[in-house]
Order: sequence, then C-alpha cells, then structure tokens
Amino acid sequence: MMKVFYRLLRLARPFWKRMGLAVLLGFGTIASSVGLLATSAYIISFAALQPSIAELQIAIVGVRFFGITRGVLRYLERLVSHSTAFRLLARLRLWFYQKLEPLAPARLIQYQSGDLLSRIVADIETLEQFFVRVLAPPMVAICIAILMWFLMGAFDPRLAAIIITFLTLAGILTPVLVKRLSRGTGRQMVGLRAALNIALVDSVQGCADLLAFAQAKRHRAYISSLSRQYVQLQERMSRVGGVSNALSGFLMNMATITLLIVAIPLVNAGRIDGVYLALLILAAIASFEAVLPLPSTFQYLESQLAAAQRLYEIVDTHPVTMDHTETSPEPNDFSITVRDLQFRYETDPQPALDGISFHLDQGSQLAVVGPSGAGKSTLINLLLRFWDYDQGHISLGGHELGTYRGEDLRRIISVVSQQTHLFNDTIRGNLLLAYPDASEHDLIQAASQAQIHETIQGLPHGYDTWIGESGVRLSGGERQRIAIARALLKNTPVLILDEPTANLDALTEREVTKTLYGLMEGRTTLIITHRLVGLEKMNQILVMREGRIIERGRHDDLIQAGGFYYRMWILQTQSDALDILLEENTSGSSLAQGSVR
Amino acid sequence: MQSKMRLDKRLIQQAWSARLHLALAIGFGALAGIILVGQALLISQIVAGVFLADKTLNDVQSQLLLLLFLSVTRAGLSWGSEVAAQRISGQVKHSLRQRLMKHLFTLGPAYTSGERSGELTNTVVEGVETLEAYFSQYLPQVAMAALVPFTILVFVLPLDLTSGLVLLFTAPLIPIFMILIGDAADRLTRRQWQSLSRMSAHFLDTLQGLTTLKLLGRSRDQVRAIAAISERFGQTTLGVLRVAFLSALVLEMVATLSTAVVAVEIGLRLLYGLLVFEQAFFVLILTPEFYLPLRMLGTRFHAGMSGIAAAERIFEILETPLPQMTRSAPHTTHHPQPRLDIHFQDVHYAYESGQRSALRGVSLHIPPGHKVAVVGPSGSGKTTIAHLLLRFIDPDQGSITVDGKPLDTLDMAIWRSQISWVPQNPYLFNASVEENIRLANPDATTEEVIHAAQQAFAHDFIQTLPQTYDTLIGERGSRLSGGQAQRITLARAFLKKAPFLILDEATANLDPEIEVQLREAMDRLLQDRTALIIAHRLGVVQDADTILVLAGGRVIESGSHAALLENAGLYSKLFAAYGGAA
Repeated sequence: MMKVFYRLLRLARPFWKRMGLAVLLGFGTIASSVGLLATSAYIISFAALQPSIAELQIAIVGVRFFGITRGVLRYLERLVSHSTAFRLLARLRLWFYQKLEPLAPARLIQYQSGDLLSRIVADIETLEQFFVRVLAPPMVAICIAILMWFLMGAFDPRLAAIIITFLTLAGILTPVLVKRLSRGTGRQMVGLRAALNIALVDSVQGCADLLAFAQAKRHRAYISSLSRQYVQLQERMSRVGGVSNALSGFLMNMATITLLIVAIPLVNAGRIDGVYLALLILAAIASFEAVLPLPSTFQYLESQLAAAQRLYEIVDTHPVTMDHTETSPEPNDFSITVRDLQFRYETDPQPALDGISFHLDQGSQLAVVGPSGAGKSTLINLLLRFWDYDQGHISLGGHELGTYRGEDLRRIISVVSQQTHLFNDTIRGNLLLAYPDASEHDLIQAASQAQIHETIQGLPHGYDTWIGESGVRLSGGERQRIAIARALLKNTPVLILDEPTANLDALTEREVTKTLYGLMEGRTTLIITHRLVGLEKMNQILVMREGRIIERGRHDDLIQAGGFYYRMWILQTQSDALDILLEENTSGSSLAQGSVR
Repeated sequence: MQSKMRLDKRLIQQAWSARLHLALAIGFGALAGIILVGQALLISQIVAGVFLADKTLNDVQSQLLLLLFLSVTRAGLSWGSEVAAQRISGQVKHSLRQRLMKHLFTLGPAYTSGERSGELTNTVVEGVETLEAYFSQYLPQVAMAALVPFTILVFVLPLDLTSGLVLLFTAPLIPIFMILIGDAADRLTRRQWQSLSRMSAHFLDTLQGLTTLKLLGRSRDQVRAIAAISERFGQTTLGVLRVAFLSALVLEMVATLSTAVVAVEIGLRLLYGLLVFEQAFFVLILTPEFYLPLRMLGTRFHAGMSGIAAAERIFEILETPLPQMTRSAPHTTHHPQPRLDIHFQDVHYAYESGQRSALRGVSLHIPPGHKVAVVGPSGSGKTTIAHLLLRFIDPDQGSITVDGKPLDTLDMAIWRSQISWVPQNPYLFNASVEENIRLANPDATTEEVIHAAQQAFAHDFIQTLPQTYDTLIGERGSRLSGGQAQRITLARAFLKKAPFLILDEATANLDPEIEVQLREAMDRLLQDRTALIIAHRLGVVQDADTILVLAGGRVIESGSHAALLENAGLYSKLFAAYGGAA
C-alpha cells in the first residue's frame, strides 16, 4: 500500500507548485481564524485595562485584517485546489490511456462489460480528489501545528507541548482508534452491502421469474432481512463513528482545560501577562479547525488507495504481444496461409485452437463457421496480432505474421465486427476515423456503396448528425452499414468480417449480407460467423467445433455431405423461415387482412 | 423551489415514523448547545478571575472541574445525537426499501422490464442509500442551525444588547445569501457537473471503443484528443468556479466580519466602561459558535440536495398507480383443481397506457390437455399472450376465462402455481446453480433438483462447472452460454411439475447436438400437459393440436397442421418453402 501511495505521489508531482500554493492558502485561511480570535481576545483583554483608544488601534486594524483575509484566502484556496484537482484528473486520464493503449484489446477482454469500464472511469475520478482530500489537509494541519508551536512557545514551552499533544491526539490518534474499532464491522458491511445490492438487482431484473414462480414474497422477506441486518450494522458503525466527532470536540475542550491549568500559575507568577490569557485560549480553540478534516482524510486515503490499486493492477500487466522489429516486411501478395496452428489462452486448460491449417489465395473468400466457443474469434485475434500464437505458422504474403509490426499489419487489414464501436461524435467524425484525409466525395461514395448514404441524408443534420448516447440512435443494421463504410474508406487489400450480422433480425441480415458482398469484391476475405447466411458464394468454408476443423468445402458440397454443417443449416433455416416469411407476408396489411377473411 | 419544499416535507414525514429518534437527535443537539453556553460562561469566568482578580488555580478549581464535567457531558450528547440520527436514516431506508419492493412486485414485469430497468435498479440500489446523508447529516444540521444560534441569542441578548443585535441581524444574511448566490452558483455548478460528466462520458466512450480505434490505426491519436478536451474544459472551468465559489466567500465573510465587528464593538464599550470583561469575553467565545452551525449547513447542503433528488425518483416509483387488477382483490374461497379450459374472448391490450397496441381482438381456446402453438413475426403480440395468462397484465378489453371463470377472480398465487413458464430470455439469479433451479420449488430436495436437471439435459454440463451445483452464476460468477441458460430454465419447469406449460421457445441454438437435447427435453416437458407454445420453428409447431398465426395483434389463421395446409394460406406457403427440410 505504501508503494501505491508513493506511485500516486509521483503522478501528482508535476503539480507540486500549485499544490504548495493551495496548502499555503489553506494554512493562511486557518491562521487567519487563529489571528482573528487571538487579536479579538487581545482587544477586549487590553481594553479591560482602560488604555487610550490609540493604543487599541493596531489591534483593531488586525481584527479587521484577519476578518477579511479569512474569507479571501478560503476563496483563493478553493479556486487553486480545484483547478489543481482538474489538472490532476486530466493527467490521470492521459496517463491511464497511454498505459492502456498497448494492452488493448487482449488485457481488456475481461473489462469488456460496460460496468467494469465505468468502474475504471469512476476510479480515476476518485483519484482526482487525491490532492484536495488526502494530501492537502495533513499538510495544512502540520503548518498550523508549527504556527501554534511558535505562538504558544513564545509564552512557555509547556504550552507549546500541550497544544501539539492535543492536536496530534485529535488529528491522528482519534482516526486510528476509530478505524481500529470499526474494522470488523466495516468488513462485514462491505459483504452485506454487496449481498443486499445483488438481491435488489435480482428483484428488478428477475421480477417476472420471481412472480411466475410465486417467489416474490419469499424474495421480499429475504431482502427485508438483509436490509435490517445492514441497517443494524450501520447503526453499530455509527456508534463507533460518532465517537470520532465527539472525541475531537472533547479533546479540544481538554486542551483548553489543560492550557488553563498550566497557564494560570504562570500568570499568577507573573511569567505570562494576564492580558494574554484569553488570547491563548481562543487561539488554541481556533487551531483545532485544522485537524477536524483529518478523520475523513483517513477514509478517503483508504478508498483512493483501493482505486489506485485497481488501476495499477490493469496497467502493470505486460502486453501479450510485442513488436520484434522496427520495420515490417513488404508482403509479396495478400494471400494467407495457416499451418498446424495451436493456441491456448493462459487461463484455460483447453487449447482454443488445435491444429488449424488452411490457405487463402489473394482475393478469395473463406468462411469459418461453427457454434459459439469453437475458436473462431481466437483465430481472428491471432490474425490481427492481438495475441501471439505458440505453435504452428501463419503467413501473410509469404512472411511469418510475427515479423510484421502490429500496427502495420492492421494497416493492411480492415475489420467489420459485431462489436463495432460508434463513438459519441458526428457520423462524419465516425467515418473519418477510418481515413482522416477523406474528401467529402470519398465519404459519400463509401456511404453510398454501404447503402447508408440516403439514410444519413434523411437525418436532421445529415453527415453532421451526432450519434451515440447523446445523439440519434441508429438501428443495428444502420450501425453495421457505417462500419462497412468505414472499411470501404480504409480500403485495404485484406478484410476480416467478424460475425458482421450478429444481433440483426433475419431480414436486415440478408440485406446487410448483400452489401457485404460488394465490400468483399477483390479483397482477400475471411469471414467468421455462426449464421449460415449467404455462404453459397464462398470459395471455401471451414466448419469448426471445439478448436478443430471438422468439415471443409463449398456450401453445396457440405450440404450434400449431410454432416454437422448440414444440420446447422437446417436448424437455422427453419427458425429464420418463420421470421422472414411471416415478416415479408404480413408487413403488407392487405395480405394480413385478406387472410383473415 | 416549491417542489423542493414539498419533497422536504415528504421526506420529513418519512422521518416521522422514527420520531422518537428524531426528537432524541434534536434534543441531544439542543442540550449540547446549552452546555456550550455553560462552557463559554465558565471559561470567561475563569479567565476574568485570573486576569483581573489574580485568582489562583485553587480558587478556580471547582470551575475547572465543572468545565471538565460539561465537556464530558457534551461529548456524550453529541455522540448520542449522531447515533440517533443514524437510527432515523436506518429506519427510513429500511421502510422505503420494503415499500419499493412491494410496489415493484405489484407493478410487475410490465413496469420493471425494458428501458426503465437500468434506472430502476439504480434507484433501488443507490438511490435509497443516498438518503442516508439527508437524514443523518442534513436534517439534524437544519435543526442545529435553528436551535444553537437561538440558544446563544437567548443568553447573549439580555447580557449585551448591542452584540446580540449584531448577531440577530447578521444571522439571516447567511441563509439569504446562501439562497441568493447559492441558486445562481448552483446552476453554474450543475452546468459544470454536466460538462464534467460529459468529459467523463467521452473518456468512457474512448475506452469502450479502444479496440475499434486500434483496428483503424487511430488509437495513439486519441491521446491528443483526450488532452485537448481536458485542456479546453480546464479553462472554462476556472471561469465558472470563480463565480461558483463566491457563495462560499460571502458566507465566510459574513461570519468572520461579524466576529470582527462584535470584537471591536465590545472592545470599545469595554474601553468606555460600558461592559465588564467577563461578559465581553463570554460574548466573544460564543460569536464564532453562533455562526458555525449556519456555515456547516452550507457544507451539508449538497448532501441534502442529492438526497432530495434521489427521493424524487423514489416517490415517483411509489406513486406509480398500481394496475386495476390488484385493487379488486379476489376473494374466492373455493379452489378446485382447475381443469384448464382456457378461453380468450376478443382480448385487446396496449402498452404504455394505451399508446402501443399489442393485441387487437384475439380469441383463442386452449382445451384441457391440448397444445396450442402461436407463430408470428416479432412484435406480433405473442409474448403479450403469455403475460396475460401469467397475469402480469390484465386485458384492456375482452375476457380471459379458465373453466368458465374469469381469470381475474382466481387467486393469483394459486393460479400461478398451476403454470410452468419457460421464458425466451430467462433471468438467472446471482446465486448458485442449485438455487437457480430450486426457484421453481424451494422445498425440493437436492435429489429432486438433480433429477430435474437430468431431465433437462443440464446435469452433464453442470457437472463440468467448477463447483458443480454450487457454482455461482450471473454477474459475479460464471457466465452460462445461451444453451446452458435455456436448460437451467427447462430444469426449473421440470421441478415445478405444474399442469399448464407456457413455453416461449428460444431462437435456434447453433450447435445441432445441443439443439437435439433441447428438443427432447421440451418434448418430455410437453407430455401430459396443457400448453401454450410460442414457437420460432416449424418443426415444433407441426405437432401442436392447434396452430395460431398471429400478425399485427390479430389471429390471421388458425387450425391444426393438416387443416392449415389444406387451407392454402400463409402457413401452407411457409411449410411448402421451408417445412420440407424438417
């Protein structure tokens, strides 16, 4: 944990000047309070001795001065520390992205679900508070302690020792004690909270199932008992947590009493002028403002370290692929040959690919089909050099794949996949990603060829319409067409289609497939799919199951052979048939009406 | 502002159920306020005595002891107040959670599923917890902000009228400024939050699209984009913050300048002998304490506001009117085992309170022991029929009868116990495999669960899971494939052994071997049961006693397989085109 803290400090280092300024301002704010109360106490004490008004004048100016500086310094302090926090956040994002980029996508697969990625983003935002909530308060407190040491020390070293002791007790020992007392309960709470949340999520998402199985009442009772336990733990926690506030208030009072006990004999003995007694007491009380935020600092520190730990766990992993050379070889042509390919993911005992061989001529089309889990996606991950293979060979244009730099390889290959991401940007912005220098003409040509141009023109701002979460939502078919247009713009000799029609309804699927044929024209194409639609034109089809190729040939041959492929095809056609024919035949209402009669 | 007040009122009404603890929290706080005055009095007496009357430690010993006693008492009271406040928030959260659950289950899946589900989950899980800060921090602070300054005024006013008046007239400035500047600053801050969250959304978007960027060779360029957006944001931010923090500036200024004014004013009056030192010091000690709760309120204002925002969503759910059906609570005393003769007579149903029509006059008959299949394109209303039978919803028009009795007169629990429902997209709970199957019958023995799993062809793959039947599934455990989830659902149906089966057949699984198993399990399940099958495949339909072709919320053809073929309608066309392959 110390190491994590140290690494965080290093990240924040470029901002040390601003942070120093913020700490100084924070110190000034509380010092103003101390000054305000101290001079106020001095004024009334001195006034009680009936001096001339002129003698009081300096102190009066002091009171007004501190009255103003307190507010102004607080304002400046907030301004500086917040701007520092934003800068820190910007830097953290940049840092994380730069670390993450080489790891993608291999190390990111497990974070693919939206929830986990959001948590990463939230973790980074938590760290934004690292300076304001964790670093600054203790430093301000230390500065104030030093100030009090000198202020009290000017009168008597014992007074200085007392104030430092009580500030330390309130600022460090109280939080540590509370933490110690609440540790067990805290751990229990985390577990119970998780269980309660799961039960609540289950009851919303699984509402239908619970009702249908008449389990709603039972589930409610379960939630109720979890909720009651959780509330009880929270109460137990508050009994410990409440100690923290009560104790720091009590320690402040104890500091006052102890100071009085030590100072009174000193005043009696004439070692301290009685006019300063009120000043000492009020200054001491005011200084406790510096230690009040420290208990929560401890809590923040804990959550920040946990967040940082999670981020470091991600960025500390090594990329699964490395570029071995500075330059990539020049491919002789764009054919692909795979020989005796074997691959196993680190985490799996079973190989994902087991002895795969095939050859793909330049400009020809190959389809890999099979049920999910057959190893199709793995094949693509290897072809794109997202992972490196351990046994066998893949060659592109006569050179082993590993001799290409990953980046250069992906310059030759376009991918249209089921998870094509459309960014929260305009359509134009999303298309230009594929080819930043494309002209308007290029854009329209690609969009037309992808059969999305007319749809785009129908949108409120044409190509400048925002899409994504805050903009227009596109249908699945439209999204895939944008992806196809991207691939057309990128215009590469090799094309990989990764389940390009997954999650589309059967009718749209057939239309998108037609558009895809246009894209495949003249390009070396590898398509993987579990949907056996439009494969009649493929030069070769590989049927995979559990990492092996179990059948290969052209569509007609495979159907004739009556094997696994044939059975898959039958299943699919049957279910598609209902959807497609019913849809085609009932979308015209005349027919529907006609049949009723 | 008005609506905020109303919410405030509603939230406080919630706290009313915990009024004992509310009273304790406020009472302890007020007592602590009075003790504070006592402490100030003692300190001023001690300091005045030592400073002006040369008193020694011995002379003030009893006062010091009393001060110690008061300090201990005050610490105890402030602890008690905090614990009581926590008690309120605990009770309110617990009761709101229970009410939300009850309400949601009554509203049923028609309300909880679909686009709303994410937001609902969030409100139920996080929203309720957000109220914590409102009840344990904001609400007690509101009481303190009223009580403590009041207590101090009561003591200061008779003692020193001038200072008392300064306090009295500056105190309202704080809430006034808080509202005046606060509202404007609030708006600015909110806008700031929006752009902040937009920036965070952009970052999330970039992370989500990282693979795509990499494939397009653009992932490195994004570094610049992220930096540029942050930079632009940083610049506008400072401008906004300069204004937003003004409210804090004014709050601080009112408090500190008033303290300075009081100090100078009492100092001068001391000088002219209009006041004695002891009283002056007493007032000076109390002045910062007077403003403290008001300033604290400012810092806890945010917690209060987010609590109110959460409450808004919670009350919205609780106020969603319950569907008609639950109001006419059925009181049938006699429940013979139904024969299961089900009739739909001209049933109409529309979602979104009549906006989106799903069924437009559907009539159908499921005689006891028969299997009726419904086919139709997506959106034709197939699932609505299943939901009507399960009484998740009631028809807008028309009637549904079981053995001649209207469905809504049957006891809902008993009726549902007659039905096994196999939904197309079953929900798997964040629990073990065994618990997920056992949902169908919580009293089943482990042997029965395993037997059901075997019948559903689920047993074999469950055996390969890391902890077999104890393996956790869902978000936090292993993810099951579509085919595996289907078999778990079938196992549930086997375990329930209900006489009426609603089978919403899932779209084809691609592995023919698994598919054969699923088909066999379904056939086994259909044996000796009355069933409604929502079908996606012709093969399944053929064996049904009656087939309904549904389109646009109406039945356009119906009859047995043979009758429909003879009829030469849509079904026969379908069969001619694709059925031959079966």
